[in-house]
Amino acid sequence: MSAATAVTPALSEKFPQVAPRASLDHEAINVPAGAVLDVLRTLRDAHGFDFLADLTAIDWAEGTTPRFTIVYHLRSTTTHAYVRVAADCPDSAAPAMPSACGLWAAADWHEREVFDMFGIRFPGHPDLRRILMWDGYPHHPLRKEFPLAGVETELPDAAIAAETGAKVIAAPMAGGPFVASSGEINLTEAEPRAKDESWNEGRAKPAQD
Amino acid sequence: MATEFSYPDSAAKAGPELETEKLSLSMGPSHPSTHGVLRLQLELDGEVVTKCEPIIGYLHRGDEKIAENMTYNQFVPYTDRLDYIAPLANNMAYAIAVEKLAKLEVPARCQAIRVLTAELARISSHLLGLGAFGIDTGAWTVFMYTFTEREKLYRLFEELTGARFTTSYSRIGGVARDIPEGWLGRVNAFCDQFLPILEEILSLLTRNKIFMDRTVGIGVISKEDAIAYGLTGPNLRGSGVGLDLRKDRPYSGYEQYEFDVPVGTTGDSYDRYLVRGEEMRQSVRIIRQVIARFPDGLWYAGDAKRIFAPPKDKVLTSMEELIQNFMLVTEGPLMPAGEVYFEAENPKGVLGFYVVSKGGGVPWRLKIRAPSFCNLSILPKLCVGAMVSDVVAILGSLDFVMGECDR
Repeated sequence: MSAATAVTPALSEKFPQVAPRASLDHEAINVPAGAVLDVLRTLRDAHGFDFLADLTAIDWAEGTTPRFTIVYHLRSTTTHAYVRVAADCPDSAAPAMPSACGLWAAADWHEREVFDMFGIRFPGHPDLRRILMWDGYPHHPLRKEFPLAGVETELPDAAIAAETGAKVIAAPMAGGPFVASSGEINLTEAEPRAKDESWNEGRAKPAQD
Repeated sequence: MATEFSYPDSAAKAGPELETEKLSLSMGPSHPSTHGVLRLQLELDGEVVTKCEPIIGYLHRGDEKIAENMTYNQFVPYTDRLDYIAPLANNMAYAIAVEKLAKLEVPARCQAIRVLTAELARISSHLLGLGAFGIDTGAWTVFMYTFTEREKLYRLFEELTGARFTTSYSRIGGVARDIPEGWLGRVNAFCDQFLPILEEILSLLTRNKIFMDRTVGIGVISKEDAIAYGLTGPNLRGSGVGLDLRKDRPYSGYEQYEFDVPVGTTGDSYDRYLVRGEEMRQSVRIIRQVIARFPDGLWYAGDAKRIFAPPKDKVLTSMEELIQNFMLVTEGPLMPAGEVYFEAENPKGVLGFYVVSKGGGVPWRLKIRAPSFCNLSILPKLCVGAMVSDVVAILGSLDFVMGECDR
């Protein structure tokens, strides 16, 4: 982040709501959801950040307010600098963010992915459907309360489900991938092992027959 | 006597146009030209595509969810399986992203190894892309040549990493092991024999009448569209936008090497092919420079003790290293809180990792910005007006990998 490319001062003049955001690398700003499209447009047209590199969301876990943050990464095709724009979704129960599809065509699929994975709506999006999971899938897998193993779900095709009786089942975790916990370190909790392993220090390993 | 004729039938035919029906065609998910499990829902008017809707997600494994549930080093093997045609480049991009978070500087030797492997991966990826593109457009021979060369590269990868395909070579703060003795000489020998063969391969296509008929002027992407849709890599440069992160924001010591960034002029499928061909020549150029001044020293960061696994013989013989190894396995590396975003110029385009850390050994959120995902998002626009056979050529020219697109 060099002074030559710093856009925060110029932006804060035009948008008093813009605040700098803590960052370990690129210049980063926090923007309220209502102003995000105007800020993005200004960055694109007046500051040369014409390439939408990435658009994603962060879930800060249930009970946190605000719970969801949308993060945009813009790159300039002339100065090759990045800027990170973050906007919190005001409503944690029914999160939404104005769609950036009118600014970049690339936002279309990124927003569909965020909707699919987090259940965040983008008013103004021309065709907000699931993209990675199938239409009609009932969960949003990247939300923190969604278990790593997944949950049992009906097959997308009702006819096949009726014929075969098959379901999408949760991944078997016993002896499976080593799982550590995110966030604060508590050795017992963080110790990587399959969380639903049926035996551990407290419970003896079942006898082999 | 003049006879008066009337043509009641032809009069009716000249009236309202014949009613035609649009045909709905599902191409994929297991169609050979969709290179994996991409499905295109096409709407056809005769042979002409009037609507194209890509349906993706058949290979979705939830890599980002998995990343939130394991330590940083544990995720390295999962990066192999993003763009599984060039795992070495993915390993490197992920490692650099996490090193930025940890504020780690890797030594020059490690950087050189990474550049070398990334460029070898680029050649290997473009070879496959070219071979498959050849098959898509009816030139089967090209594939035989490119796969022979790719096999030679895989032998080199196997010798270096122990695996041909899923290499898992990078670690946070270094690479898994140093290069084997004499390996650089063998890479050099590969380059020597590869360049003439590359010319031969390219000469099979570049002035090939059938190939040109299938690709020139097909799937034209304008500069503006390429940027608006977030295209990267050869697909962006084929449209005449000279963006290459290796030049624009050099990482891992790319600034020391001389190479050119080829760009196309019209942005059609043929231009994208030409760009890939030239990129392989440039990669060889970079590889030769890396080998010519290969630095001595450590292949992992000396101050990466809290992150990098100590050597196995030390773990078995020394208390200090044993404890360190235990802590790394149980807690994971101790990372500072914060967020970083790093993008690397991979064979398929720009691969980005956005890491959000709350501290500790596990990322709170890891977003993978997959180049194939962004590159495919232009399909609904690109395919409209093309013939069905053009769609095959367009897909081949975009050179995507579904493992990365669906994550």
